[in-house]
Amino acid sequence: MVLKVFFPSCCSSAESGILIGHWISEQNSAVILAVVHFPFIPVQVKQYLSEVQRVTKVSVSVLGSWSNSKQEKEENLSEFLEDLGTIFSHEPWIQISKEGGSKFWSCSTLQKHSNNPKEEEIILVYYDQRKVMLSHLHPPLDTATSTDHKADDASKLSAVFDTVAKSKILFMTDRYDDGPIKLTHWQSDGVEASIIVELMKQASVPACMLLTFLLSLISGICRSRVLKFWPLSFLWSKLSTCEQLGHRLQHLQVISSNKKAQTQTQLMRKANIFVSLLIDVALGILLMSWLYRKNRIGHLADTLIPMADHVAEELQDLLQWLMGAPAGLKMNRALDQVLGRFFLYHIHLWISYIHLMSPFIEMILWYVGLSACLGLTVALCILSDIIALLTFHIYCFYVYGARLYCLKIYGLSSLWRLFRGKKWNVLRQRVDSCSYDLDQLFIGTLLFTILLFLLPTTALYYLVFTLLRLLVVIVQGLIHLLVDLIDSLPLYSIILRLCRSYRLAAGVKFRVLEQQVGKPLRLLMQINPLSYGSVVQTYRLPTYSCYPKDSWTSLCKKLFLGELIYPWKHKGEKQD
Amino acid sequence: MEERRYRSASGALIVLRRRQHSASCRELAVRCPRLQLRSLSAVTSAVWLAAYGLFVLSENSMVLSAAIFITLIGLIIYLHFVKIDQESLLVIGSLGIQVTSSYASGKESTTFIEMGQVKDVVINEAIHMQKVIYYLCILLQDPGDPQGVSAVVPLFQSSKPRLDCLIEVYKSCQEILEQRKTAPQSS
Repeated sequence: MVLKVFFPSCCSSAESGILIGHWISEQNSAVILAVVHFPFIPVQVKQYLSEVQRVTKVSVSVLGSWSNSKQEKEENLSEFLEDLGTIFSHEPWIQISKEGGSKFWSCSTLQKHSNNPKEEEIILVYYDQRKVMLSHLHPPLDTATSTDHKADDASKLSAVFDTVAKSKILFMTDRYDDGPIKLTHWQSDGVEASIIVELMKQASVPACMLLTFLLSLISGICRSRVLKFWPLSFLWSKLSTCEQLGHRLQHLQVISSNKKAQTQTQLMRKANIFVSLLIDVALGILLMSWLYRKNRIGHLADTLIPMADHVAEELQDLLQWLMGAPAGLKMNRALDQVLGRFFLYHIHLWISYIHLMSPFIEMILWYVGLSACLGLTVALCILSDIIALLTFHIYCFYVYGARLYCLKIYGLSSLWRLFRGKKWNVLRQRVDSCSYDLDQLFIGTLLFTILLFLLPTTALYYLVFTLLRLLVVIVQGLIHLLVDLIDSLPLYSIILRLCRSYRLAAGVKFRVLEQQVGKPLRLLMQINPLSYGSVVQTYRLPTYSCYPKDSWTSLCKKLFLGELIYPWKHKGEKQD
Repeated sequence: MEERRYRSASGALIVLRRRQHSASCRELAVRCPRLQLRSLSAVTSAVWLAAYGLFVLSENSMVLSAAIFITLIGLIIYLHFVKIDQESLLVIGSLGIQVTSSYASGKESTTFIEMGQVKDVVINEAIHMQKVIYYLCILLQDPGDPQGVSAVVPLFQSSKPRLDCLIEVYKSCQEILEQRKTAPQSS
């Protein structure tokens, strides 16, 4: 089988020494982690390696020798290197040598116990140690769900990535440390650290504790009994602002928890939530500063009442049109007048109520606008709630129209059965024939005729108000879609993919370097980053998603029968 | 390294380039016909003539600038996302198979399939538009079922070489894939 040697490109110019790394026997590949330079004491090297093995749980051993000589190959050096193979017994003993400044290295193996005399082929794969250590390999999405045969199907490359990632402690010693062993790896010129990151780590502990304390206070207040009385709890459940605030509170709790993130997914989720919150609050403060400059919020409050008046006037015109001969249809005058006057009176009540509130509107709006600093999503939810409150009369009209129409349809269907001599058997849940008395038939047919001829009028009112209600629902739905988008977009992952694309790896790609006949095959292993679509799909934040409860056919059926529709379902809401 | 000319399924000229890097590593690249200057100028002049016609009707100069903008953006999108220049297959015995598509703007999209997942490389027939064409594909092993195939990865989808070219590629791949069956297992 072909022998694969994964060599870190940072060690290409290292001095001669011995190679330490991890040997994966089932794939016949050696992952070189570092080079130990002369002079060393073999006992100390073995001690050091066993310590590293104990901490990282990766079996690191001496794999071979590395000689980097400026002159041509020396005979005694090669004998010395072969003798080293007897001290650190490893099967096979890999010998890599680089002569002069040539980029073509010679690589050979010493097999003591093999019965195969043929020289096996060697492939040299160069890899960037720092990038492979920091990178996280993502399996393809369809195989990630099947976990039953994960153990034996671990891909070869993920073994290489795991080895390098777990050996972080090996890379913590640099050449300025006074130890008995001198190593060369990617950090041997000096351990990298950032002052800002260290300062933030120190500052985050008290900040997290403060945040946890504040959050426990707030959730204690929210859970108190005062807010649980029936009218208030009903109000809280209907307002989308409260849902959004609760959602954000949950997010804050996730961030401020003291437990360190165990897996990569948890870390990315925390980071995504943090960045999302930050951007949300920044956009909210931007919006707030725009609203309060030049007293735009005052202007908004001033235009709110005339706008509500205008909507009410339009509705009144619509009702007058319905009470006349709408679209050339002839309505039943009496029923028309009754329904029209009833709805007109309703609008009159609504307008009076709005005018009652008008002196306070500006102040309420001013204080409510301040809550936009909690985030853009909160501001959008407030907007959606304001729209819902302003169009409350449309909702009421829809309910009245739907109930009336529903009653009419049920009455008609029941009396139609009577007309044909049948009856609905509640016990058997089916239609049975029934013999009615003459007077029952008489009254039933009369009522049926009345209801039938009054149907167009009611149906028209129902149609008009349903369309208006659907319009409002669509507008609210679009706002909620935007809120959902802002909530669930994993911004940190997208920025990471943009700036440090090697951290999120979908796989690897190989590039064939210049070859020379007689020397081993040279390949360069680079990281193939994840595509933006997969990044968003993998790291999406879960939301309290609103999606339509019914499919299109059931929606149409409900509309036809006059049943009330509640288009948006929230997770955790009871089914009705 | 050798180059031979073949024809694609639609009749255009394509070039197959074979390189043997070592005993177990081969690279096979198919170069598609380049973007023709006359088709590019035909499309551009058609769009601009239509825009000029609209301008004459509507007397709005925004139409002209919009047409230029659309042409530029459309060309960039076409070169970066649609037009494939070269499709190559790199077979490294005991490591895996790498499939690369390079676009006209220089972008390269690569997929690497490990040798453990590759069941076989075969030539299949497919119905494409109104023709029946041959295509080369990699069969991926189903981890649960040793006889099963979990997925099929079609190769050379943009250049669509004909059967003679595919047979050459198939033979080269099979020579390397056979090595993994005859190679002695490590102890």
